[in-house]
Amino acid sequence: MKTKIRIATTSLGGCFGCHMSLLDLDERLIPLAELIEFDRSPLTDIEHCTNCDIGLIEGGVCNSENVHVLREFRKNCKILVAVGACAITGGLPAMRNFIPLEECLAESYLRGIGVENAQIPNDLELPLLLDKVRPLHEVVKVDYFLPGCPPSAEVFWTFLNDLIAGREPSLPYECVHYD
Amino acid sequence: MTKTIHIDGNTIPFKEGQTIIEAATAAGIYIPHLCHHPEFTAHGSCKLCTVNVNGRNCSACTFAAMEGQEVLNNSQELKADRQKITQMLFVEGNHFCPSCEKTGNCQLQAVAYHLNMLDSHFPHFYSHRELDASHAEVIIDHNRCIFCTLCVRASDEHDGKAVFAISGRGINKHLIINSESGLLKDTNIEATDLAAHICPTGAILIKHTGYQVPIGERTYDHQHIDQISLAVEQTDEN
Repeated sequence: MKTKIRIATTSLGGCFGCHMSLLDLDERLIPLAELIEFDRSPLTDIEHCTNCDIGLIEGGVCNSENVHVLREFRKNCKILVAVGACAITGGLPAMRNFIPLEECLAESYLRGIGVENAQIPNDLELPLLLDKVRPLHEVVKVDYFLPGCPPSAEVFWTFLNDLIAGREPSLPYECVHYD
Repeated sequence: MTKTIHIDGNTIPFKEGQTIIEAATAAGIYIPHLCHHPEFTAHGSCKLCTVNVNGRNCSACTFAAMEGQEVLNNSQELKADRQKITQMLFVEGNHFCPSCEKTGNCQLQAVAYHLNMLDSHFPHFYSHRELDASHAEVIIDHNRCIFCTLCVRASDEHDGKAVFAISGRGINKHLIINSESGLLKDTNIEATDLAAHICPTGAILIKHTGYQVPIGERTYDHQHIDQISLAVEQTDEN
């Protein structure tokens, strides 16, 4: 049996929309499953990734945990892919970048509608927020980018098939969208 | 005898006084651009129309066509330069395409699609810019302004109103509005003005019209900007 391509996936400051779009491959997931297997991913519940061929990351870098996860992926994935608008530009979560962090927290946790016993969450378990949301390429080297909000299933299909076949991935015009 | 230049080896006729981009457009050759518009005085600021003329790079929208010029337009090197320029335009402003009404109809985005730009490469500035929604019909979101001055020129040269101007230099450059309050509501701009429609990005928008055409069915969702641009600008010239 041929060794399967090992893929890890995660969502940092993302909405899992890119993961949902991957699942939009529908029946094409069946032939794809013959070629790939998942390592760390919300689809497997494996907690840490080890020696993967491809890492797919959606979402921007919002907090300290995101930085750790991103570095773990970079260390363990031969090819790291920024998936979707948030991973590439910071995306909608980065729209908080224009508001001081303290004000963001106060608006949500102190002044928010219906908030009782108002306080800024400060448990040691909680990752600290970064002052600004950052795209992946500002933290680690990223090998490929799949734009879109989300990238369509066709984008995943084209990209993964190119990579698996050993071709330099290339997206046709119809596959390149930022929205 | 007709005077000619060569663009990527093709012989292109030109009329005295034409710029390289004008001669190219007339001959059906697309040179990427954002700040150039056939109706208005050339501005030469976006630098996307950078071509190589007799070994030197220059802006095709400001450089006069002259007999015998050897112009490179479609080289890999120029495509890479133009992609970097587009990436710089993206990171300097705040272009969140998924939340922009102009997405799919945006020329900045369309040029990026045309150049197969998949990432922003540079660190994002995330500079703080204002939004002016004071006017009843026209909204201006400075986050998306690329300082092409098309609104400035359209308001000056076409609408005869001088609603806009550029102030400041370098990184402090910004679009200003000609009213005492600095707000759009205190100007005489109207939704029918060319200046309100000419923005190549989503910086100036007409209110209440943003989603009349659904995302996915918009101009550049399926068509390259080169074909659209040539069709529009060749009609303009005739």
